[in-house]
Amino acid sequence: MGHPAGLSSDLIGRESETVLFEVERGAIQKFADAVQDQTPACVRGDLAPPTFPTTFRMTIPGLTFDLARVLHGSQEYRYERPLRAGDRVHCRVRVADVYQRKGRLGEMTFLILVMDGSDDSGNRIFSGTTTAILR
Amino acid sequence: MTGPLLAARPDQDLNSGAVLPELRKPPITKLQLVKYAGASGDYNLIHTDDETARAVGLEGVIAHGMLSMAFLGEYLCWLAGPESVRRLSVRFVEMVRPGDTLTCRARVKERTTNDAGRRLHLEVWAENQRAERVTVGEAEVAIT
Repeated sequence: MGHPAGLSSDLIGRESETVLFEVERGAIQKFADAVQDQTPACVRGDLAPPTFPTTFRMTIPGLTFDLARVLHGSQEYRYERPLRAGDRVHCRVRVADVYQRKGRLGEMTFLILVMDGSDDSGNRIFSGTTTAILR
Repeated sequence: MTGPLLAARPDQDLNSGAVLPELRKPPITKLQLVKYAGASGDYNLIHTDDETARAVGLEGVIAHGMLSMAFLGEYLCWLAGPESVRRLSVRFVEMVRPGDTLTCRARVKERTTNDAGRRLHLEVWAENQRAERVTVGEAEVAIT
């Protein structure tokens, strides 16, 4: 190993199980309330705010790190449509890349995770790309 | 508000470089960070526990980067309508702390048309009360 975060490029390509998440109206409302999103459809819990996919948390076998040492570097979401209350979303996340780079804070590990969510018929609803920086 | 803000705008107001109306959010509070941790499932204690934050060299808790992205998400819904948000991509460039007040802003990059319809490509960012850009990126919304 020898990396600060103990993550090696062997992890690239590893992925989570496909997990089914059911989008609950109450969870949408709680999320909208926390971020003070005043979009009427989100306040009612009909439609989820755009960053709601962050609530779909999955684990990738072999990928562990100290949460307090992680910085969220960047995030992207692409949407085919908004998530709605009652949606059943089949999600998966995989390690797209792991690399080391020297930055302001010394040697850092960059972890790129790609996730996607699809409906029961396999139609893509959204995809997301996360860059996590481990120091 | 009767509908998405952009729907009422004539095309010439959405040309490249056009600055869109801003959305100013209330000041971020520690309570909000606790609520966001619960609602999002991000239990990283650097956002809710000062002791943990100090142990990793911070002065105190910092906001979840995703909270500022959520603000930009709401901003896109406000501008274009929640059914019209197609892409949001951001970098978290500065830390946000309780007490900070963020304002969401956008500038039109370009307007395109393809099989899927018309799209507006935006430069978006959230800036703090010192006009420092804390979260920066780009977005794409569908327009009629």
